[in-house]
Amino acid sequence: MGNMNEPFDPSKSPIGQSVRRREDRRFITGNANYTDDVVLQGQTFGVFLRSPHAHARIRSIDLAAAKAAPGVVDIITGAELADAKVGGLPCGWLIHSKDGTPMKEPAHPVLAQGKVRHVGDQVALIVAETLLQAKDAAELVVVDYEELPAVIDLSAADSTGTSVHDDVSDNTCYDWGHGDKAAVDAAFAKAAKVTKLSFVNNRLIPNAIEPRAANAAYNRSDESYTLYVANQNPHVERLLMCAFVLGLPESKVRVIAPDVGGGFGSKIFLYPEDVALVWASKRVGRPIKWTAERSESFLTDAHGRDHVSTAELAMDQDGNFLALRVKTIANMGAYLSTFASAVPTILYATLLAGQYKTPAIYAEVKAVFTNTAPVDAYRGAGRPEATYLVERIVEQAARDMKMDPAEIRKKNFITTFPYATPVGLTYDVGGYAAHLDKAMELADVKGFPARKAASAAKGKKRGLGYACYIEACGIAPSNIAGALGARAGLFEAGEVRVHPTGTVTVFTGSHSHGQGHETTFAQVVAARLGIPVGNVEIVHGDTGRVPFGMGTYGSRSLAVGGTAIVKAVDKVIAKGKKIAAHLLEAADSDIEFENGEFKVAGTDKKIAWGNVSLTAYVPHNFPLDKLEPGLNENAFYDPTNFTYPAGSYICEVEVDSDTGKVKIEQFVAVDDFGNIVNPMIVEGQVHGGIAQGLGQAMMEACAYDPESGQLVTGSYMDYAMPRAIDIPSFKIATTNTPCSHNPLGVKGCGEAGAIGSPPAYINALTDALGVVDLAMPATPERVWRAANGLPA
Amino acid sequence: MDIPISLTVNGKSVTKTVDSRTLLVQYLREQLQLTGTHVGCDTAQCGACTVHMNGRAIKSCSILAAQVQGSQITTIEGLAKNGELHPMQAAFRECHGLQCGFCTPGMVMSAVQLLADNPKASEEEIREALDGNICRCTGYHNIVKSIQFCQSGQTPTAV
Repeated sequence: MGNMNEPFDPSKSPIGQSVRRREDRRFITGNANYTDDVVLQGQTFGVFLRSPHAHARIRSIDLAAAKAAPGVVDIITGAELADAKVGGLPCGWLIHSKDGTPMKEPAHPVLAQGKVRHVGDQVALIVAETLLQAKDAAELVVVDYEELPAVIDLSAADSTGTSVHDDVSDNTCYDWGHGDKAAVDAAFAKAAKVTKLSFVNNRLIPNAIEPRAANAAYNRSDESYTLYVANQNPHVERLLMCAFVLGLPESKVRVIAPDVGGGFGSKIFLYPEDVALVWASKRVGRPIKWTAERSESFLTDAHGRDHVSTAELAMDQDGNFLALRVKTIANMGAYLSTFASAVPTILYATLLAGQYKTPAIYAEVKAVFTNTAPVDAYRGAGRPEATYLVERIVEQAARDMKMDPAEIRKKNFITTFPYATPVGLTYDVGGYAAHLDKAMELADVKGFPARKAASAAKGKKRGLGYACYIEACGIAPSNIAGALGARAGLFEAGEVRVHPTGTVTVFTGSHSHGQGHETTFAQVVAARLGIPVGNVEIVHGDTGRVPFGMGTYGSRSLAVGGTAIVKAVDKVIAKGKKIAAHLLEAADSDIEFENGEFKVAGTDKKIAWGNVSLTAYVPHNFPLDKLEPGLNENAFYDPTNFTYPAGSYICEVEVDSDTGKVKIEQFVAVDDFGNIVNPMIVEGQVHGGIAQGLGQAMMEACAYDPESGQLVTGSYMDYAMPRAIDIPSFKIATTNTPCSHNPLGVKGCGEAGAIGSPPAYINALTDALGVVDLAMPATPERVWRAANGLPA
Repeated sequence: MDIPISLTVNGKSVTKTVDSRTLLVQYLREQLQLTGTHVGCDTAQCGACTVHMNGRAIKSCSILAAQVQGSQITTIEGLAKNGELHPMQAAFRECHGLQCGFCTPGMVMSAVQLLADNPKASEEEIREALDGNICRCTGYHNIVKSIQFCQSGQTPTAV
């Protein structure tokens, strides 16, 4: 990877250089513009009254005292929304069970309709002149609840006898199967060795540091709505809200996602609060702002992971993988969030081949409802769960076969491309041994036995763990996704607007909430047009300015959004050539474009970029009979395949058996992201991803009380967020097999770290302790128990 | 009950009458429109609200505006002087010590305090001292590098 310490050299192509981020100035000076920073004329403030119970029937709601409280503007409950025929929130992916029946989609009300189904479920919206007045009034609302038994344990959810939704008696959303069951059964019948493991993929709470927030305003003059919202995909938010919930024309709704303080998946979704605020803004006639308190984020942001799985790997006597059989129960929470159903199916089971040529794979996934917050995509979304399972069982298989864990991986690596896996994906390119070799070299695996002996001499236990992950990014193509149940397109849109003086504004449908699009995308455009990076502005996050977009998730921004921009740039260049041909009195086909100049091939006749752009808008000498004036092009890009980033991670730990304390001695990550536009930004994405994955492996766990359904990890005092002292510095590097099907050759880097690091850490820890398994999060107590042979 | 609160913020004297329950962070954000100071939690853990009070880093979510009557407050907006970034701000940009930017103002204010207290802090000491500031994006790697860059006195690259 390029050296981020190298200064930017403007004389060279910006591609591959660590251009310092152009957006940073506003962030480091306190001039950014997050949703909560937006104050609108006539601003009012909203507070949501939330259920204190995991499951209860609402007998009555008494609003009299609250309505009479100082400053109260309005109070809205489910009754008002039902009267107004406001719909429920939709789920964006339809999964069919093995028996062919569609998944169960119980109503997901914007405000509770007669029942609450998780602690934090929203019951009423209180609107007041000030936030404090709204909070005071919320205290005066009297809700008479009849408590009901709660379904909390996902393993028993289908047999508990209590139903989260009356119309889903066994709490089962779907019971899905994927792969060739008969082939897998046949392979197991002839296997020389079977390795079996059971896993819990611990439930996580995303915790972007900016809490969710929204500010909705209704404009009486043109009967339109504007919603500022902390969101990763404003066009999708608008589409879902208009088409499925409020029945509004999109032309009357503008959604703006300004600076957004982290997402990690949790801000993809259409949340009930956003809809309630938009609807209420018309009724109130004034803008309403709501910002989640952190405790509300814990209770109501869509959580992540939460799988219980068993896996079996069949091998021949030489350690060749013959088949993989997987059974998973996945928690949906109380309601189906926007993409919840796709996470443990399409984004999970299709990745179970990993980097290996396992010929037969079969997975069964049962998704269940519980009286907990909705669960949906969280950094990696399905792929971390798949990778954890595959990389843990492969490591254990090596131990069972008494083989070196790197060797058993290399023996089973896919080496020829394109490669069609037995679970439905076709990997276009890859070079798995290359990143494993590089990681082993960086980690000095050869020196590990000596380091282990040195630790042993101190009374410490040292372990080394591998994880060779693969993920599918830039989800695509739309028609295949549609056949698999997607209810949305998965293309991206871009507009390139060249101004008369030659500066460029690019409008992208993808969204940055920390990823640095304003820099990376400007590098891409500047390189292609041969103009300075500083002459390219990137606009995102506003349905009023950007033509369309599907937003940012699944590491799709550059591979899909960047490609849409490249296509639009190429249209600009094609038109520019025609203008240049006219000015240079040459044939269109003789014009070449290079380094910001249009040239007549084989001559010294040329014209600068700025002259062409000016001519496009001052068309005095212009082929008006053949060409429209202006230089402004749109493109939509629908990918032909996913991209397949892959990498090899090595973690080395030292364990103090007396205390259970674990020290990460080194963490090495070698990723193949294809071509890299900005190494500094890519490195930052890897760092953050690894830290999130280590958080899952070491310390993070969402816990509900199994009886009451109260969230017991509802604050930063209770939910262990990784802090600087918990995380090591990383050794990272890259290899490169460029993606074969997008013009940039890029794959995506946003989720890799969170996918690869949990199994690397647990593999290292179980290696150190000599145990088969250790549940995540491997807290010091769990480690201490395992180190001392005590029951978990 | 409404009470008048007077203090000096980023070198300017201000007086505003506010609800007595108003926290310093609310006073800064809502009364003075200094929205660079952020609220990321409700338990004084995340540190996004960190400002300097009489030269010491404090969490502005955990103190009432009434308690800082007459104090000198510096927020992230007051750190750059005459359009020149503070070296810590420049270091964060140089070393990619921020991604979404939400924790950044508090992180920078804490980092300035950290080096004022311990100019030669080791990596371990830097990581320890950042205990009161949570970042979800960077994995802290580049935040530590930013602070070390600032320690080194190196000049950031121009672009």
